[in-house]
Amino acid sequence: MADELVLLDFWPSPFGMRVRIALAEKGIKHEYREEDLRNKSALLLQMNPVHKKIPVLIHNGKPVCESLIQVQYIDEVWHDQAPLLPSDPYQRAIARFWADFVDKKIYELGRKIWTTKGEEQETGKKEFIECLKLLEGELGDKPYFGGENLGYVDVVLVPFYSWFLAYEKCGNFSIEAECPKLIAWAQRCLQKESVSKSLPDQEKVYGFVLQLKKIFGIE
Amino acid sequence: MGEENKVILHGVWASPFSKRVELALKLKGIPFEYVEEDLQNKSPQLLRCNPVHKKIPVLVHNGKPIAESLVILEYIDETWKNSPRLLPKDPYKRAKVRFWTSFVQQQLFDTMFTVTKTEGEAQRKAVKEVSEKLQVLEEGIKELFPNGNPCIDSQNIGLLDIVILSLLGPHKVQEEVLGIKIIDPEKTPLIFAWLTAINQLTVVKEATPPHDKLVALLKFLRENSLKSSA
Repeated sequence: MADELVLLDFWPSPFGMRVRIALAEKGIKHEYREEDLRNKSALLLQMNPVHKKIPVLIHNGKPVCESLIQVQYIDEVWHDQAPLLPSDPYQRAIARFWADFVDKKIYELGRKIWTTKGEEQETGKKEFIECLKLLEGELGDKPYFGGENLGYVDVVLVPFYSWFLAYEKCGNFSIEAECPKLIAWAQRCLQKESVSKSLPDQEKVYGFVLQLKKIFGIE
Repeated sequence: MGEENKVILHGVWASPFSKRVELALKLKGIPFEYVEEDLQNKSPQLLRCNPVHKKIPVLVHNGKPIAESLVILEYIDETWKNSPRLLPKDPYKRAKVRFWTSFVQQQLFDTMFTVTKTEGEAQRKAVKEVSEKLQVLEEGIKELFPNGNPCIDSQNIGLLDIVILSLLGPHKVQEEVLGIKIIDPEKTPLIFAWLTAINQLTVVKEATPPHDKLVALLKFLRENSLKSSA
């Protein structure tokens, strides 16, 4: 029986992008369904009743939720193609540590940058850059966090690159000036079709953020 | 202990995150050296091993450090493959365990901290939130315990059991200090039965500090929080 895979997603979501990249890296056929988050589908609510959020990966009718869990699931089921996590337990632990770091810090700090002003925004910007510098340190001289090939941490982090222009414009700063190595890494990732086809254009995301600011009355 | 397979755990007896790792090592029968850290005066080894977060627990295996309790637990399970296996073999079942572990970690922990550190309206609101989340968990774990009877033993105990224990294992202590019912056997019978089953295990009993010590700790933490927010 052929595998049936459906991804419920929302185009600007960095969490959804992670799953798109993982599926594309492994060449896994799936159906992509765009959700309207102001009008969530019955399927989404049925498949993720706890959080009611995207992305939701539905594999032969069974839902898997939460992007880090989904990427690990994909890596474990389709373990023969393009492995994302290394096979050594210690290397896996390092990868999971940094994925957890990205999850704890990058989204919230990025959000702080585009939703606040003044001192709060300045603090957000400072901490955001500090986190990116720590990530640069972890990358070191490797082409990717995964070494010679795209790995778990690359997949988890690179989606936020599509939001960098929005952060820069809202925060009035340059990420490349502070973290040129990370920008070079992101552009290297974008050379891969799995990434370039999964990430929306930065201008498009910026336009979306401007719309959100209007809707939520954020200056 | 020989240099190969030398395991050191930097922890704090009062930390639920530290306790998780301690329990996992004991359940798998892994010999380890325990270093009790003073959080007001962190050891240079700890700061060297976890420069990013500077927190406990940190596991050091053969000189290599690992931080973040859930990352450590998965590392332990992948390195020492003896029973109990903390995660199931099947990828879908693993995803389910990770999902509920994440739910407890991200949804319940912070709200429980708020319950223990606040009073009045703020506390009432947090208690209501905990109650709602426990209902969601009660519903969710039904598929993990299909016969409605959680039978946990030292061979089948897993990641989710360890994580729920670290948060709500001491619910009797929490209820005594706060004067609030946290786990109601009538509202959440499955969670109540589950926690009772885990708390019965010998390894768990031995790793749990005495009731009075935990009561004193919680009282101290609560008083400190209320004082600093006053």
